[in-house]
Order: sequence, then C-alpha cells, then structure tokens
Amino acid sequence: MLDGLLLHLDTLLLFVFGVCALVGASLMIVLRQPMRVAMALISTMVFLGGIYGLLGVHFIAAFQVLIYVGAVMVFMVYVIMLLEVREGRGPRYSQWVWPGLIGAAALVGALVISIWAGLPQVGTAAKGAGFGIQSFAVSFLRDYWLHFELTSVLLVAAVVAAMAIIRVNRRADEKRRHG
Amino acid sequence: MLLALAVALFAIGLLGVIVRRNVLVMLMCMELMLNGVNLSLVTFAQQTGTTVGAVLVFLTFVVATAEIALAIPIVLLLVRRKHTLDLSTYNELNG
Repeated sequence: MLDGLLLHLDTLLLFVFGVCALVGASLMIVLRQPMRVAMALISTMVFLGGIYGLLGVHFIAAFQVLIYVGAVMVFMVYVIMLLEVREGRGPRYSQWVWPGLIGAAALVGALVISIWAGLPQVGTAAKGAGFGIQSFAVSFLRDYWLHFELTSVLLVAAVVAAMAIIRVNRRADEKRRHG
Repeated sequence: MLLALAVALFAIGLLGVIVRRNVLVMLMCMELMLNGVNLSLVTFAQQTGTTVGAVLVFLTFVVATAEIALAIPIVLLLVRRKHTLDLSTYNELNG
C-alpha cells in the first residue's frame, strides 16, 4: 500500500497541485477585493511552480517563483496598496458576463476537442526525467542568442516607454496646478 | 491532464479579462493567461524532450515583466484622472 503510494506520489502531487492552481484561478474571478485576487494569483503561481518542479524543469520553477511571485506580483501588491481605491458596492462584473461566459465555454470546448483529437498520448505527465539546465543553457545561448538579444531590446523599449509615461504624468500635473 | 489545466487557466484568465470591471484585476487575469501558456509550453517541452519550449518560457517571462512595468504606470495615470478603477467609466473614446 505504502509502496504503491510512494510509486505514484509524483502523479498524486501533480494532481493535487493542479487542482489547487485551478481553485486559485477560479477564486480570482469570484473575489471582489483586488488584494484577495492578488493573493489567489500568487497561490496559483506557486502551485504552478510546484508543477514545474515535479515535471523536472527545476530552473523554470525557480524562475517562476523568483520573477512572477517575487517581482511581478510584489509590484502588483504594492500598487494595490498605493492606490487604496476600495471597490464599492457597485456591480462586480461588467455587462459582458454572458457573452464572456459563452465565449469562454466555446474556447474551452474547441481547445479540449482539438487536444483530444491531436495528441493521443495526453496524460503522460511526469514521465520523462526532464532535461537539465546544461542542455537548456547551451541551446539558449548558442541557437537562440538572437532572441535573447531581442528581449534586451524589448526591455530597453519598455524602460523608455515607462519614462515617457512618467513624463506625461508630470506634465499633466503641472498643467493642473497652473490652471 | 496538464494541457487541460493550461487550457482551463487560459480560459479563466480570458473570462476574467472580459467580465471583471476592475483594471488591476483584469491585469492579473492577463498574467494568469500568460501562466497558462507557460504551462502548455513546459508540457510540450517535456513531451518532446526539446529545449525550445523552455527557451520560449523564458522569453514569455521577459514579455510579462515588460508588460506589467508598462501597464502599471498607465493604470496609475488613469486612476489619477478619474479616481476609480472601474474600466467602464473610461469611455471618452466611445464615439
């Protein structure tokens, strides 16, 4: 009994993490306050990191926690605290609820059908041993170095755009102050 | 199973972007969509045994970070203008 459990522990943990991630994602739709939504998203990301770790890609799991939870979501939580605009008693959802629900259901149906039709070996998770960081690093910096450099261009563009937004903000402030 | 989870995460994120009113919640739902895509990429890389999926995941990390770094100042600007996070009040371009 225990041996069998240990043998299938990976699959069991994968299932549990997947269900937890799904629950966190569903809570994001339902919860009202942005801070609680942020907490639900953080838990979803941590569970996804656990899934990556179980799949054997440990470096992606580490970067998932470091970048998403450590940088992006901390930034988001800071902004939520900074704005401090509490959502009032107004409606939680926009007028697009029913079209959105129908569209999401159609998307899920189409994608699930195409997955079942296209990949006969779906469900072979946690089977491979995964590839190490060595083959990834060699492939990353030898075959895909151009893409790597292009991301640096993208980051520079993002920095310049953020500075431009701040300047627009400052100019609007001055205009408001002078009349 | 993991691909189905990725599809579910993407669909929930898309649903959140469409039906929620709060700008920050919509941004977080976009992050959820990116996470779903990342999960599918990792699953494909795992199934095929190649590193292309992992490389793409890293590029997606960079894109997500740049997107958040740009979207947050825009949200700050909008909130200073209207003092609300409700996106349906920003309808000046509605002809």
